[in-house]
Amino acid sequence: MSGRGAIAMNRGLIKAFAGFFYSLTGFACLLVLAMVVIVLGNILVNGLPMLSWEFLTAAPEAGMTKGGIFPAIFGTAALVLLMTIVVIPLGVATAVYLHEYTRPDSRTVNIVRLALQNLAGVPAIVFGLFGLGFFIQFVGGGLDKVLYGGRLSFAQPCILWAALTMALLTLPTVVVATEEALRAVPQSYREAVYTLGATRWQVIRRLVLPQSIGGILTGGILAVSRGAGEVAPIMFTGAAYFLPYLPKQLNDQFMELGYHIYVMTTQSPDVEATKPLLYSTVLVLLLLTFTLNFVSVIIRSQIRRRLRAS
Amino acid sequence: MEQAEAEKTNVSVGARPERHALYRARFHWGEAIIETAIRSSALIVIAALVLIFVFIGKEALPIFYSAEVHEEVTISSLFLPQPLAGGHQTRFVWQPVSGKPRYSILPLALGTLKVTIVALLIGIPIALGAAIFTSEFAPNVVREIIKPVIELLAGIPSVVLGFFGLMVLATVFQTAFGLTFRLNAITAGTGLALAVIPIIYTVAEDAFSAVPDSFRAGSIALGANVWQTAWKVVMPAALPGVFAACVLGFGRAIGETMIVLISSGNAATMSLDPAQSFRSFSATIAAELGEVTRGSAHYHVLFFLGVLLFVITFLTNFAGHLYVKRVREKLQGKRK
Repeated sequence: MSGRGAIAMNRGLIKAFAGFFYSLTGFACLLVLAMVVIVLGNILVNGLPMLSWEFLTAAPEAGMTKGGIFPAIFGTAALVLLMTIVVIPLGVATAVYLHEYTRPDSRTVNIVRLALQNLAGVPAIVFGLFGLGFFIQFVGGGLDKVLYGGRLSFAQPCILWAALTMALLTLPTVVVATEEALRAVPQSYREAVYTLGATRWQVIRRLVLPQSIGGILTGGILAVSRGAGEVAPIMFTGAAYFLPYLPKQLNDQFMELGYHIYVMTTQSPDVEATKPLLYSTVLVLLLLTFTLNFVSVIIRSQIRRRLRAS
Repeated sequence: MEQAEAEKTNVSVGARPERHALYRARFHWGEAIIETAIRSSALIVIAALVLIFVFIGKEALPIFYSAEVHEEVTISSLFLPQPLAGGHQTRFVWQPVSGKPRYSILPLALGTLKVTIVALLIGIPIALGAAIFTSEFAPNVVREIIKPVIELLAGIPSVVLGFFGLMVLATVFQTAFGLTFRLNAITAGTGLALAVIPIIYTVAEDAFSAVPDSFRAGSIALGANVWQTAWKVVMPAALPGVFAACVLGFGRAIGETMIVLISSGNAATMSLDPAQSFRSFSATIAAELGEVTRGSAHYHVLFFLGVLLFVITFLTNFAGHLYVKRVREKLQGKRK
């Protein structure tokens, strides 16, 4: 009898433990949800009142305590546009190489993959240092010496170098998303086209790339979202506190949303006066990145569905 | 191979041979050029990583040999206490902008360590708990909610998290815990936890999901309940992946800049007290590189900090991905 009692007690204990464990992990989930809701809710509630068409289209005034954020929005758009022009071809080509041109377990593939993973883990601020040391001083300095006879043109922080630095930072994102899409193209399609007499590049250009356009788009969107939000890489490579003009040439400096937030947060002469505007700026940045992420999530879930179907 | 075969069929079927030859000749060139372009773009990835190391290292190197730099700082003095003005005392201080600059990176190392530990102490339990819950217990509906929310969290720019830390967390924690300093390692660490949770969650959840269902079925068949299965079967099988998740989270935390820069207080203190202001490697670079003269000792020291960050994150990433690979191979039966 006592044995059975012990077993029953043991069972009760196990059940209690299971319940405890269940609620503990469930609580962790709830915490994550709560954190996201609090962060977003706080910014939404405080940011909405000052958000207006004028805020989006006017330049900052009176030490950034009045006016809008148009130059920052424009600079961000210009930055990510330039970045996209570089990172999409490079990222897609790399993904095509990894998936179409080599055997999946070859040594080069493993090394490139390892490099990508490590590139993705390099801190953003290190990219900033690299942009300064390589793009501005080495490449820019070289350009100035060769093309401009030593006149300072490209050996200074500007939008071109900021965009290139950002392109390197977002490269792994594009490669990973593109590769996922390439994988979703059924092997039998490729074989069918090869049988028709197509060469490798024809297969890629006419079949694989059009089929994986969604994944490429996702990669691009994610890269834009990341690029619009990162501040550390552009602090020394091109972003400016305040500019009375918009960037027109590749070697102009520019204002950027994230950097604008950083500057207003840490160096504002009057924190209370800038606070409402600051919240609205943060809200604009969040809306921008979230819209982009949301679109990419939708496209990606469709790709995954196709991957599962094939 | 495929190409050769393709040509053969082309030739035999070709209705207009002369146009065909032309087409083929031009085609070969195009194919070769494109293939070279694609191959070299893959090499750019490797080159980028090497170049990052070389060019940051290059700017840090003068610390080791330049006599001019040695007047202010040597590689050993970075790790030693600095003599204070007047007295014979020495202390670990980071005062790069003063009459006699003092570069002791120990306070910065302590600050980095402090905030990373706080972030991981908060982030790891939450992320792992959520990962176990979603992969083992949660009904599909909950899973469909949690995953996009985590992606949402991952999509919040770090400057926004830093801003949130400064505006909201700092005030809340100060009144809740009665802290002397508004900006401290608790505030910054909590903000940082928000940044590392998505990484730890994603990698850990992948590891749990990679455990084959046959493991779970076997365990349940032996009479274990869901909790026992999760704890004693799934967890051990996925352990390298969980470890990898923590390592990758550590790598992210140690290099994160904007959160720490905005909400740390930026005082280079020699203390492990999380309620004190501090300063990290990354924030130091971000805060000081803008004002520094190129080629000065201070400039080279900041690049040296960059090298440190690069090496630390490189090693942690390397180890992390090695473990991820290992757990995948183990569960696929390629490795015992």
